[in-house]
Amino acid sequence: MLNNQSVAEEIVKKFGDDVYDFEEPFGLLTLTTTREQIIPMLEYLKNHSEFKIGFLTDITGVHFPDTTPATEYCVVYHLHSFIHNFRVRIKVFLAEADLHIPTASEVYASANWMERETFDFFGIIFDGHPNLIRILNMEEMDYHPMRREYPLEDATREDKIDALFGR
Amino acid sequence: MATDIKIVEAPEGFEGSGFFATSFDKVVGLARSHSLWPLPFATSCCGIEFMSTMASRYDLARFGSERPSFSPRQADMLLVAGTIAKKMAPVLKQVYLQMAEPRWVIAIGACASSGGVFDTYSVLQGIDRVIPVDVYVPGCPPRPEQILEGIMQVRELTHNESLRRRNGAEYQALLASYNIQ
Amino acid sequence: MTEANIAKSTSGTLVKDEPVQYVNELTTLNLGPTHPATHGIFQNVLTMDGEKIIAGEQTVGYIHRAFEKIAERRPFYQITTLTDRMNYCSSPINNMGWHMTVEKLLGVEVPKRAQYIRVIMMELARIADHIVCNGILGVDTGAFTGFLYIYEYREKIYEIYEEMCGARLTTNMGRVGGMERDLSKEAIRKINEFLTTFPPIFREFERLFNRNRIFMDRTVGVGAISAERAMSYGFTGPNLRAAGVDYDVRVMNPYSSYEDFEFDIPVGQHGDTYDRFMVRDEEIWQSLRIIEQALKNLPEGPYFADAPEYYLPPKQEVYRSMEALIYHFKIVMGEIDAPVGEVYHAVEGGNGELGFYLISDGGRTPYRLHFRRPCFIYYQAYPEMCVGSTISDAIVTMSSLNVIAGELDA
Repeated sequence: MLNNQSVAEEIVKKFGDDVYDFEEPFGLLTLTTTREQIIPMLEYLKNHSEFKIGFLTDITGVHFPDTTPATEYCVVYHLHSFIHNFRVRIKVFLAEADLHIPTASEVYASANWMERETFDFFGIIFDGHPNLIRILNMEEMDYHPMRREYPLEDATREDKIDALFGR
Repeated sequence: MATDIKIVEAPEGFEGSGFFATSFDKVVGLARSHSLWPLPFATSCCGIEFMSTMASRYDLARFGSERPSFSPRQADMLLVAGTIAKKMAPVLKQVYLQMAEPRWVIAIGACASSGGVFDTYSVLQGIDRVIPVDVYVPGCPPRPEQILEGIMQVRELTHNESLRRRNGAEYQALLASYNIQ
Repeated sequence: MTEANIAKSTSGTLVKDEPVQYVNELTTLNLGPTHPATHGIFQNVLTMDGEKIIAGEQTVGYIHRAFEKIAERRPFYQITTLTDRMNYCSSPINNMGWHMTVEKLLGVEVPKRAQYIRVIMMELARIADHIVCNGILGVDTGAFTGFLYIYEYREKIYEIYEEMCGARLTTNMGRVGGMERDLSKEAIRKINEFLTTFPPIFREFERLFNRNRIFMDRTVGVGAISAERAMSYGFTGPNLRAAGVDYDVRVMNPYSSYEDFEFDIPVGQHGDTYDRFMVRDEEIWQSLRIIEQALKNLPEGPYFADAPEYYLPPKQEVYRSMEALIYHFKIVMGEIDAPVGEVYHAVEGGNGELGFYLISDGGRTPYRLHFRRPCFIYYQAYPEMCVGSTISDAIVTMSSLNVIAGELDA
């Protein structure tokens, strides 16, 4: 069995100052890295002779409009080692002005659609992605709906404009 | 051999030895209402309840809908079961246009009727924004009994519909309001 | 044959068999979004050479309902109704998964009895899910009878749901902190009846399919995927197990007391349609085993946790006691603040690892809630699985993957 401590130490040994903010919310090792190091890190964890963290559980994005501009967007990777039953969560923070991050679809085939979904929802651009177009929403949509400034409701609906019940 | 087969009652008319006279409207309505071919347009949860309606326990076939017609051109009744997203709306309209007159539409479930709980940027707020609807079945999802009741309502409509209704100005105006020629 | 070939063969000088020159004409076939064989609304644009598929491209999102956006605007209590509508073939699993995620965040320990009741409900849901998938696979290979025959038992499961929560399909079952009601005598009777009447029927269903020559010809070796590719594509659940990887969240990260039960994880070898069918088939038997054990060892005690701030108080209490009234009001109005935290919780859904990634900023609604939908992730492998096969094989492959549109498109 792997434990968080030993994996964290090993990662720090390899990546040095590029990994920081180690946390363990509910026992799940969480760490932050830079976008330059994310793909090498995924490959490193996948090919590591001991860890074998070779299953990409999930990629998603989070929008934090109220923090510093450099950490407004976050891409979250969940990885899982079936052999050791060990999960790790890796975060990469991006600035609104520069929403670029390299694609993981070379390392994991499953990253393809998860990245398209993240692009669709948040507008994060995955460089090198084979087909980075909207997946769930219509092509004609001109904004990224999961950003927090956009409303949930359908803007075309008029029957709810009511003095009592309102929107 | 089953001997308790129920045969529909003849419509009102004049009867004598060797002849029976009634209005054409009534005969056509009678025939139509007992063999409505449904076109299931099932997208989500309500589609599973529609599957229950078709399957062994509720058995929609009892009401003359034995054959779900997956080709719109041979269907009489469009059953829209489930959420219609904005991306899906043109497809739904296309399917409706492919159906031949006379055609009836049932909106099954809250989503198809009004968007339901999904008052969101991606969901069409009721299919009556793109096509005319005859019967709304409430519920999220409606029980199969409710779906059957909705189909009974359509039967009632078909039974009593005048043959000239579809040529009338009112109906044409309705279609025109949906930009359907 | 081209004209040159015809000319040669009629002149009688054809000694050497020259390769016939086909005019390379590819057809584009638009399968979906509304096609009876797609069981949901997906569009597949297939490039066909005759009847052979040489490329495929999918379009999804035809039923995108913005669950994640809604979840940011709803109190925790109201999100359960959204989870129902994701994988609507097995709603209770989604409900319980969500409750467990919130309980993990709140630090609520659920009593053993509630955990066992949850296990019973989740396994019934798994059976209901697999009944539909395997029944539909029969329909797609031309055997409608099996589906009609076995669907009656899905209705029986619905009856048990109704006994537990009042609804058939979108169950909204359970609460944060336990179940909303105990297993009634009637529910136990219905579950026991199901446990005795279902196996013989299901055995008949198996006899119809498992060794059926036609069925095997249609499914063996069709839509196969190797274990490596399946893992790379993020397969989980029965589809991954069919490829030979014994990953099951119930065993790997036991939740809701799954460690108390003895059951096997069926694993396939080839990852083809037949293996997927057989894995689901065997999982139904294992689920029955789990339900039997859970019913037999059902612990006594309360069916909800002692967490009055989060668990809706019984209605009689609301009329009698002040605290209960206050809590009732606060919970129903969504005025319960959750602690700050970041949780990932996974359950074994009907199709695989159903994950909930929840970020709470201490407010009344999640700051961000992301669903890891197994369908969405593995459906992208579909073109790779059907390239080189015929259109009829592609349809069988799709129904054996059990792609649920509501879950896929979120």
